[in-house]
Order: sequence, then structure tokens, then C-alpha cells
Amino acid sequence: MNIIVCIKQVPGVTDVKINPETNTLIREGVSSIINPFDMYAIEEGLRIKEKFGGKVKVISLGPPQAINALREAVGMGADEAISLSDRAFAGSDSWATAYALALAIKKMGDFNIILCGKQAIDGDTGQVGPGIASQLGITQLTYVFKIVKLEPESGMIMVERLLEEGREIVEAKLPVLLTVVKDINQPRGATLYHLRRAAKLRIPVWTAGDLPEADLSKLGLKGSPTQVIKISSPPKREGMLDLIKTDSVEHSAAILADKIIAEKIL
Amino acid sequence: MPLLEVDKDKCIGCGGCVEACPLGALSLVDDMAVVNDKCTACGACMLACPVHALNLPDARPRKSSENLAAYKGVWIWMEQFHGRTGSISIEMLGQGRKLADTRKVALTACVLGHNVEHIAKEAISFGADRVFLADDESLADYTTAPYASTLISLIREYKPEIFLLGASARGRDLAGSVASVLYTGLTADCTGLEIDPENDLLLQTRPAFGGNIMATIICPDHRPQMATVRYRVFEMPVADDKRQGQVISIKAAMRPEQITARVIDSILEKDEINLADARIIVAGGRGVGGPAGFETIRKLAVVLGGAVGSSRGAVDAGWISYAHQVGQTGRTVRPDLYIACGISGQIQHLAGMKTSKVIVAINKNPDAPIFNVAHYGIVGDLFQILPALTEQFRKKLHH
Repeated sequence: MNIIVCIKQVPGVTDVKINPETNTLIREGVSSIINPFDMYAIEEGLRIKEKFGGKVKVISLGPPQAINALREAVGMGADEAISLSDRAFAGSDSWATAYALALAIKKMGDFNIILCGKQAIDGDTGQVGPGIASQLGITQLTYVFKIVKLEPESGMIMVERLLEEGREIVEAKLPVLLTVVKDINQPRGATLYHLRRAAKLRIPVWTAGDLPEADLSKLGLKGSPTQVIKISSPPKREGMLDLIKTDSVEHSAAILADKIIAEKIL
Repeated sequence: MPLLEVDKDKCIGCGGCVEACPLGALSLVDDMAVVNDKCTACGACMLACPVHALNLPDARPRKSSENLAAYKGVWIWMEQFHGRTGSISIEMLGQGRKLADTRKVALTACVLGHNVEHIAKEAISFGADRVFLADDESLADYTTAPYASTLISLIREYKPEIFLLGASARGRDLAGSVASVLYTGLTADCTGLEIDPENDLLLQTRPAFGGNIMATIICPDHRPQMATVRYRVFEMPVADDKRQGQVISIKAAMRPEQITARVIDSILEKDEINLADARIIVAGGRGVGGPAGFETIRKLAVVLGGAVGSSRGAVDAGWISYAHQVGQTGRTVRPDLYIACGISGQIQHLAGMKTSKVIVAINKNPDAPIFNVAHYGIVGDLFQILPALTEQFRKKLHH
């Protein structure tokens, strides 16, 4: 099984706070992490490899320091890594990101399964996975939280997807692109052996020039159909906290129930 | 070389942008903002700059190969599951009607499925002028390729200006595929849609960075302008069974033998888990103490006819399944009423629920951040307060 995992480096959200006056993010220090959903994708790739053999290759499109995210993935056990980094890719929206990644994946050679996290926690779009699948003309199975069956000989995969009203079992033919949700596994930590390997591994950096099929007008900001024209603060919540304090739990509960009923939302 | 440009004549070195940058891409050097390679052109700094010294140069002097004016009309994809229309699709018909009226164009609903003629009628009653109906056995269960290919061929033939889908699992799956093939812009999870009166473009507003920033996005040179729309953002329209509309039957674009993915089975969860649709959510966190504690949460949810939510902490502890998780790595919800019990309110949890209409917090710790977003709160033991509250609602609502 040849597995490609697409990962994104995102701001480490754990140390983000909101400035209550400007309602913007305050960051102390600079830390970047692998998008948490992509950690599940890496882990799932490693598990498939352990069961069926093959290789796990990770790829990331981003600024030069995204190579650190790739090294982290190699530290978990990924075999190879490709960094897709060039000023020509900067400002890519989800369409242009998927376009560049799909071209790079074509260049990486044969694959059976592509894994992505269901979405990145900074952009939250969940569109890049389906975009890559369409660009490559392969089947996409999104929001996967369990691989029920995988038969390399017959090229069959069966997965459980997590939807609003429940779960769904879908069967498809390889190659497929899967986007995975949080519950699919418990990502492993790095091991000393793989960390040493990661430190030494030469990670190729591909630029737009390394993608000969690329239509340069479809890359980066100028190739992105969408354009951000305004950034604003979210609407402020109206009103202040009404903290209910009485001498008894029953009394407080009665007041709270009345106030909720008075909102006319029940 | 970053894309962001700093106007050195305007920059006053206040450092506002440095704080606002979520990526650590800005710093102050000699009282002047300096941008490094970490910049991804997200624009978060531009809001913080008091003197408009930061610019993303418009690097897109692009000519459109197609005549954009040929694209007309607002389209909605009607999501259905086992013949039942998704509530989100009805909400979008309401907003779609408004957009179509502003643009003085028709509103079209796309109904795909098997034995779904009744949904075509329903769409007209909620505001559609025209319905494309693809009723075919191969479309009975949603899978990406048959649905996407049918919509893509329709869009290529009839050229809509705007195409909207619900931001459900299926809607996001489908939209990503359709927009990718058509090479057009797609904005995910919109919470605002309006027409710019100056240029007739669709202004698509969505939260970014966990809801801490709102971004308004346009798609100037590609058509259709596509967006997925969050649940419960737009008002539910009222049905008018007398409304007339046109139903056009179309064929599925793929033959059954071309389809490579097949739904084998669906496992429906109880209604208490359908968080996206829920009007009322009672959620528990670490303070609930264990799986048994969620029974207390569940009892209140049942009395209110609501769903049960949870924080990440409770899910990670194994007290309740991931399907219940609200927050950045779970579901984003905006119910009319969100009761947070024993949830401290970490930023990732708040990102998933803080736009709820009425928020109630019940927590032992008076300094818990959940109280910063709550409308009503009680400081105390949830195992005393919740049973009392459940009892109050039982008396007041059911008698």
C-alpha cells in the first residue's frame, strides 16, 4: 500500500488568547503545530502500512518552516516527506491549494490511498481534500472515522463515515482519498529512532518550477478564485451576564427557568 | 518573500499587527512592522492596524475568459436523506429567495435522489421558481461522484450566478468536488450572504481562526459564486402551498456501472445527537465527573426536547462519544439555547458554541471563562442545580 498523507502546519491554538478590547488573537511566543486532524491522518497511514506494508509519504504546502511539520511526521514513522514551498503558492485559497497538491501528488508516483484531516483548524474549510480528489479524478470518502475493511488484492475499501444524522458504511474501489475525523485513532508520539531519522532525512523542497504540468496562472493568490476583501471583529454578544444568586438551589433554579422561558425560545 | 506589504510612511510602530498575527509573522524592528516568511496573506493584521499601513497588493489583473454576464440566477442544492429534506436546505431557500429578489432573477432548487418528487413541490412552496429534478435509482443514497457530475453538467448548461449548499457533511463533500472541477470559488461555512449593491457580487461572510475573526470573501472572476452555509443562520421561511413553479426532470449524469462508491448501510443515531439541527443543547464537561453524570445532563435535555453536547475533555475521558463533541475539533453549533454544565469554557469550546442565541452556564468555579460568554449563570454544584432545574421545567412546561 502506498499512502500519501497531506498535512498542514497551523498556529498552535493552545496558546492563543483573545484580547477582550480588540477581540483579536494574542499570541505569546511563536509556535506552530501539525493540524490536529492531520495527526489522525498520519496515524491512520502508519497503521495501514504496518498491516499491509508499503510506504507512507507526507506532503505539505506552506511557508519554508512547514518543513518542521514534515520532520515531526517523519519522527512518528513516515518514510518520506515532500515540502511544497514557493512564493508562487503564497495566498492560495482552497482551490489553488488543492490544485498545487494534486499536481505534486501526481509527480510523487503511484499511490493507493491519500489521507487528509477532515479540515484545518485555522481555515476550517474542509475543501482541500475533496478538491485534491476531484483534480486527480479519484473517489473521495470524507469524515471517515473507521476503516472497516481494506483488501489490497481486490482493491476494495469499506469505511464508516460520520454524518449529522448518524453513521454510514460506504464501500469503494482504490485508489481513494479519505478525510478523517478525530475519533478514528489515537496518534502515536515520536520515537527516538524515527526522530534521529527525521533529523537526517533530506526533505526535497518543490517549487512551482518542479511541477511542469502547472498552469502558473492557477497558482497562489492570482490563481485563487476567492478573495478576502474585509476582515472584521465578530458581532459582540449583546447584554451582560445575569448571574443568579439566591439562598437556595431551588429558588435559583426557579428563577433561571423563568428567565429562560421568558426568552421565548423553548 | 511575503505577500503582505508594510507602508513604511504610514506605520507608526504601535505593534497592533504583531499581536493580531496568528502566525507570528510580524515583528517590530526599529519601531517598524516587519513581516517574515510565515505570512500566509490571511489579512488578520489589517484589522488591527489603526493607520492602514498594511496591504495585500491585488496580484490578480486577470481577464475572465468567459462572459460572466451569461451567468444568471440563484441555485440551491436540496439535501435529502431517505426522502426527508434537510432543514438547512429550507433555510437556504428563504435566504436564496431574498438574494434572487435583490438580483431580480429566478430561484432554482436542485433535487437529486430517488422517489423525491415531493421535495420538488416542497422547494416550490418554500420559494423556488424552478426545480431541476433528477429522480433516479442511482441517486437514492448520496455518494459524491454521481451527485457532483449531475450538478456539474447542469451548471455548465444553465450557468447559475450563485450556487449555495448547506455546510453539512454531505454539502461540504459535494461543494468541494463541484467547485474544484468547475474552477470556481467556494466559501465554506458562511454565516452571512448578501449582494454588494455596487457590483452585484455575492458578499460571503464566514468566521475564521476559531470564530475570532470574520472574513468577507468574494469571487469576482469565476462563476458560479459558490458557498456552503452554516445551520441555523438564516430564518426558516414559511411554506405557501399555493406557490407555483416549474419542475424540469433531468437525467443522472453517470451510469450505474460507472459508480465506484456504494452506501452499504446507515446507522442512525438517536435525535439527541443531531447537534447541527438542534434548537436546544444541554452540554456537559469535565465537571460532570463521569459517564453516569451525563444521565443528569440527559434528563434535562429530554425535558427540554434538546440534544446532548459535550466538551472535548469529557469525550477524551471516554465518558461520552465523539459525536456529541462541541468545539473546534468537534461540531460547531448555534442553537437557540445552549446550557453548559461543568464546562470551563476553553477557547476551542467557545469557538464551537459562542454564537448560540441564549447561553446558560452552570459551573462551580466563578472564574470559569464560560461565564464571559454566558447570558445567564449560576455558580454551584451542577448535581444540585440540574435536577432542580429539570424539575422546574417539568412543572412549568408540561402543565
